[in-house]
Amino acid sequence: MNSLMFPIGLWLFASPDPAGLGQKLISLNPVDYAIIAIYFAMVLGIGFYLKRFAKSGEGFFLAGREITAWVAGLSFISANLGALELMGWAAASYQYGILAAHWYWIGAIPAIVFLGLVMMPFYYISKTHSVPGYLQLRYGESARGLAAVMFTLMTLLMAGIDMYAMALVMKLVLGWDMNFSIWVSAMTVAVYVALGGLFSAIFNEVLQFFLIWLGALLIPILGLMETGGWSGLVARIHQNFPGGDYTHMWRSMGSFADNPMGIHWTGIVFGLGWVISTGYWTTDFLVVQRIIAAKDIRAAKLAPIIGSYFKMAVPFIVILPGLLALAVLPFHLVPANQVGPGQHGYNEVLPLMLARYCGPGLLGLGITALIAGFMSGMAGNVSAFATVWTYDVYRPFIRKAAADAHYVKMGRWCIIVGVLISIGAAYFAMQFRSIMDWVQALFSIFIAPLFGTVLLGMLWKRVTPAAGFWGLLAGTVSSMTMFTLVKVNHNMLAYIALSSNAKDMAENMYRALWSWLICVIVTAAVTAFTKPKPIEELTGLVYGCTELPSEGHLPLWKRPVFWGIVSLVLFVVLQIIFW
Amino acid sequence: MPEDHHIIPVWFFVGVILLIYGVLILVTGIQELSSPPPTVLSRLHPALWWGALLVIIGAIYVYLFRPSKS
Repeated sequence: MNSLMFPIGLWLFASPDPAGLGQKLISLNPVDYAIIAIYFAMVLGIGFYLKRFAKSGEGFFLAGREITAWVAGLSFISANLGALELMGWAAASYQYGILAAHWYWIGAIPAIVFLGLVMMPFYYISKTHSVPGYLQLRYGESARGLAAVMFTLMTLLMAGIDMYAMALVMKLVLGWDMNFSIWVSAMTVAVYVALGGLFSAIFNEVLQFFLIWLGALLIPILGLMETGGWSGLVARIHQNFPGGDYTHMWRSMGSFADNPMGIHWTGIVFGLGWVISTGYWTTDFLVVQRIIAAKDIRAAKLAPIIGSYFKMAVPFIVILPGLLALAVLPFHLVPANQVGPGQHGYNEVLPLMLARYCGPGLLGLGITALIAGFMSGMAGNVSAFATVWTYDVYRPFIRKAAADAHYVKMGRWCIIVGVLISIGAAYFAMQFRSIMDWVQALFSIFIAPLFGTVLLGMLWKRVTPAAGFWGLLAGTVSSMTMFTLVKVNHNMLAYIALSSNAKDMAENMYRALWSWLICVIVTAAVTAFTKPKPIEELTGLVYGCTELPSEGHLPLWKRPVFWGIVSLVLFVVLQIIFW
Repeated sequence: MPEDHHIIPVWFFVGVILLIYGVLILVTGIQELSSPPPTVLSRLHPALWWGALLVIIGAIYVYLFRPSKS
């Protein structure tokens, strides 16, 4: 769910009504259209080429488990690097300054390194094909069933909402018809993923990785040249917005009221840094699937750590353009719901900066990067959906002992049907825009307790199958209850998010934290009264019952743990620099 | 990517698309030498050097990961 970490609903809900959009931000030239058309031809060509390698279940759903660490690592980061997230966080950095970088650094790096060094060995050694598949091995069918049904439902709805968001952005930026954007992108994704399965999705994510970087990198480079470097950037921001602090990450986190996000440092560290971020990066199958497909355990551990370095660099192409806009734009952007004639909203910051520096050709490259981001996000969703539906719902509950070819055929149909359901969800979101808040909240509601259940299952051999199921259910239900309580009675915010000054993001942080704690407490309590699995059934699944391959024979620079520690050190250095 | 399946490496496809894009943007940049677009810092001719960069990266990837090599 590439947009799970970004509140799409809040963002789009505040956007102008598409029907009322009078003018487009960017006009393209023939060379730009040629660049976009070549991208579509390339992804379809790759899909047709890879069809021959995706004939078995292992090939179609898990890319043959033969992906190298670099390909898996780039694909892992790309699956998260959606265009909506790029545009959304660029807008957030214009609004909140460098505080938005918390979602890229503390909201990602420790969790990704934790996934690589602590959790990935168990996913890999257990030979599971999915996260719900791991729950089945560890806890049994009921925990798997709950996780699989929630995941498939939410994945398709989120894919539809992403699609709607893409169509809205294309309408806003380029003036394209929304139906055209939805159907062309959805059908292209359906064709290339149905043909090549996870191979196709991963190949295109790597392609997207390069396009996004090379399409967006010119903005910060030319922007810093215009401002005269970082010090010139800071000076211009102070000149344009006297009194505002846009370039420090932690100084204003001592109180909810001291920073524009309305977040306290405890919410950022424990809610975002621990529960939401670790839950997302370690249990959302969309991203984990790329790593499970790695060729060996060392590649599986190294892939997310390689990804962590690129994730750490993403603020350069996302946060920095927002800060540069504060420094160089000759006008002030306004909240989207306050845009008047001749004004621009925060959400338009990335396209505005693109248009500021990029002429014909470069503009096409930038727009292609955005389209590639949307499409690969959708491809990631439907490929993960096909795997979980086929292996965790259809095979165990509907048709148990069919031939491998039957499940591959089911997987291909899942892609087509999944895309069609997503298109339906996109049109539904178009009619009922507030549904986006609910669906996204439901997904994030589910991730926090799922993280509790998976983590306890991996690290504590005493946890019982019944405790896994009831802990997951209790965490999910409590999170839904807290979400509903605040919607029904806003005064509840002061209790759930610890302050009536808390904003939506802060509420998400604390709700995730409490639901994770409830999941852990209920799991521990039920464990005390129920019977654990025999130790021999936990081999390969739980710490203490699993022999992890030693890396002692490898030189230091080939060990994942070394690169993981270097990544964490760089992360700490960045926090100090921008304190 | 696995050698035994003889899959063309993903890096080759990356090289091909960057090479094509590089040529298109480089040619556009050359045309813009006489009439720069109305963008900020267009005097620096970003399309020219960015197109050249893409051509170089794309050519390196195509050469290193060309199918005949595997």
